[in-house]
Amino acid sequence: MSKTLLDELIEAGEYVLPGTTACPGCGSSLALRYVLKALGKDTILVIPACCASVYQAIYPKVAFNVITYNVAFASAAAVASGVRQALDYKGYEDVNVVVWGGDGGLIDIGAATVSGAAERNENIFVICYDNEAYMNTGIQRSGSTPPGARTTTTPLGKVVGFKKPMAFLMLLHGVPYVATANIAYPTDLYEKVKKGKAVKGFKFIHIFSPCPPGWRFDDSKTIEVARLAVETGYWILWEGRNVEGKIEFKLSPQSKPYLDPSKRKPIEEFLKYQGRFRGFKEESIRRIKEWMNIQWNLVKSMLRLSEEK
Amino acid sequence: MRMEIRDVITGNDAAAWGARLSRVEVIAAYPITPQTTIVEKLSEWVDKGEFDARFIAVESEHSAMSAIIGASAAGARAFTATSSQGLLYMMEMVSWAAGARTPVVTAIVNRALGPPWNIWTDQTDALMARDAGWIQFWASNNQEVLDSIIQAYRVAEDKHVILPAMVMLGGFVLSHTAMPVVIHDQEKVDEYLPPYDPPHYVLNPKISKPFAYGNILFPWDYAKVRLAIQKAMENAVDVIKKAAKEFHEIFGIWHGDLIKEAYTDGAEIVIMGLGEVAEQAEATVEHLRQNGLKVGVVKVRVTRPFPKREIAKIADNVSHVIVIDRNISFGWGGILAGEVKATLHEYNVDTPVTAKIMGIGGDDILPEHIEKIVKELIK
Amino acid sequence: MDMPAKEMEEHLLLPISLPTKGAGGKTGSWRVFRPVIIEEKCVKCMMCWMYCPEAAIEVKSRKEVPKINYDYCKGCLICMEVCPVKAIKSEREG
Repeated sequence: MSKTLLDELIEAGEYVLPGTTACPGCGSSLALRYVLKALGKDTILVIPACCASVYQAIYPKVAFNVITYNVAFASAAAVASGVRQALDYKGYEDVNVVVWGGDGGLIDIGAATVSGAAERNENIFVICYDNEAYMNTGIQRSGSTPPGARTTTTPLGKVVGFKKPMAFLMLLHGVPYVATANIAYPTDLYEKVKKGKAVKGFKFIHIFSPCPPGWRFDDSKTIEVARLAVETGYWILWEGRNVEGKIEFKLSPQSKPYLDPSKRKPIEEFLKYQGRFRGFKEESIRRIKEWMNIQWNLVKSMLRLSEEK
Repeated sequence: MRMEIRDVITGNDAAAWGARLSRVEVIAAYPITPQTTIVEKLSEWVDKGEFDARFIAVESEHSAMSAIIGASAAGARAFTATSSQGLLYMMEMVSWAAGARTPVVTAIVNRALGPPWNIWTDQTDALMARDAGWIQFWASNNQEVLDSIIQAYRVAEDKHVILPAMVMLGGFVLSHTAMPVVIHDQEKVDEYLPPYDPPHYVLNPKISKPFAYGNILFPWDYAKVRLAIQKAMENAVDVIKKAAKEFHEIFGIWHGDLIKEAYTDGAEIVIMGLGEVAEQAEATVEHLRQNGLKVGVVKVRVTRPFPKREIAKIADNVSHVIVIDRNISFGWGGILAGEVKATLHEYNVDTPVTAKIMGIGGDDILPEHIEKIVKELIK
Repeated sequence: MDMPAKEMEEHLLLPISLPTKGAGGKTGSWRVFRPVIIEEKCVKCMMCWMYCPEAAIEVKSRKEVPKINYDYCKGCLICMEVCPVKAIKSEREG
């Protein structure tokens, strides 16, 4: 990492104040530190029901040092659209309007809302920290839970369904910037948010955010688990833009080597760390690999589309 | 707009004019019969550059209410319109708007609820929202639709209130029926309705230091914060009266404030109803009075805050009250009748109340039906 | 307006919270183990500061050893895991 970037990160200060009520080792609060460092103080967070709506702590105190608007579960992207339109009307176009929510609120119940805001190309960020289940309510399965994962509503492991490819869905909406990120690579997340900030229009960032109590691993292993996700090819880091009717797609350097399956660590290395996959059946591994194939095939198609003139 | 226009327009066009004259800044729109022409009219004006506002064509009614909550919280005057299923779909956010203390105004074109599908008028939809913390106005003619939207902003944004408000108009009977309406001079409206200046909070880091709205709190704090809505509703009673009075002074038009009485002097029987039901009753009563029957009408113009004192006082001076409900609460009966009965009990008024449910799903309420009820009562 | 109107009259009592360090209390009390930086070993790479989910590690400049704020450190020990030179050890609380 270059000297100046680290200095920049230190100088950016902290907008997440210590003393949140997040679980020890929480991926989400770590991610939020970098999102806010990249965006700065002229930012409004619109937060639907999710872990962040609780870990910001209790009235009359809050652990976030930016304007934070807590809203109903499915409504965040629509509330943010209204905030954006009002601010623009009044001439405050350079204020960042950011939806910060979990996979439940942005990929399940809020999917239509997020899709609508994307279709209208609202000049907002929708940033999803994906802990792969409804964690705030005690670990229930969501559309983002991977096959085979144990949750309270899939006690024998998720048998029905895959994992919604939300970032690809967003890219297909024709929006100017979509990226995936991972808390093991905070500077990558920071730079992606900064790139999004420079773009006018709808921005979607999907952050892989491991959850120690939900995925059942020791608090200290959050970064390790996150890194393994990339190294096994399970989580793919990429950026996509729609520019004048053309998709421009780029694999991030951290994920580029894993385009070649032989370079990936075996998926079992990622799975075995996590209690939610303990005693996993062969069937689950097969389905996860199937899903990963679909994702990498999508990546390859996007790369091909990108190359076409 | 340099002077007023006298035209013959539908209730929906009147609602659109009400929003335009109120200089709304952000409009969220989603279609549903019979409200759709309100947002279509606004869209036309905005696209043609005749009206400077932001128009968000959202993907659902839930998002329509969400969007105007966001817009209002960021300091803009915001508006949307809906009916029936749309109102029920957004109901979570309707309740949210009151707790968020965003003084938005929504036009509700009353329509029957399904299944089965029915697009005609019925008041049950908006009455289902009566517990949400919104101020509720019921318009009985198209002039009142236009004027009530302007008054609604005036009341909603008053610093002693700061609550959202809805203005109801009957589906098809008002929304699609053309009536003579005075479209006021914009400058006169500006005199009556100043720009929205939020006294409480605004989502804008250029104006406000950081804060969080609505994070989790303990039950004792919740009670205090939520009961503030009740206090605001209590304040609203006087604010509504003042707003109506000043409207009359500037525009020379009187629709009543919380209620509007007609033919109540010396009345022995009084008929109460909401919106076009009261207007129909008034037409009937005019005829009955000519035949010597001592009947009067009370148009209940506002259902929240409920005009308890006003209704109790009138009921105390008559021998009988008839309430006509174009709605029903299953397992209970007519909603307005229920509230009137409870009011009379609270104020120790023992005047009997006859509750009639009529016109459900847009079925006609004709003067002869109302006349029949009165005549039966007299016997 | 510079500040939201938190304490207005009764009808406008709002659920507005202000940014505070320790909004969730002294979360340091959650610890079972505490991370301790071995100053002599620290190479000031700032990795511990980077990966602390709580922003409980304070860094003023890259010339100083980072300082753990034990009022709020929850003892997740991520810092210990990510330190490339094993300059952080864990000690049992109490």
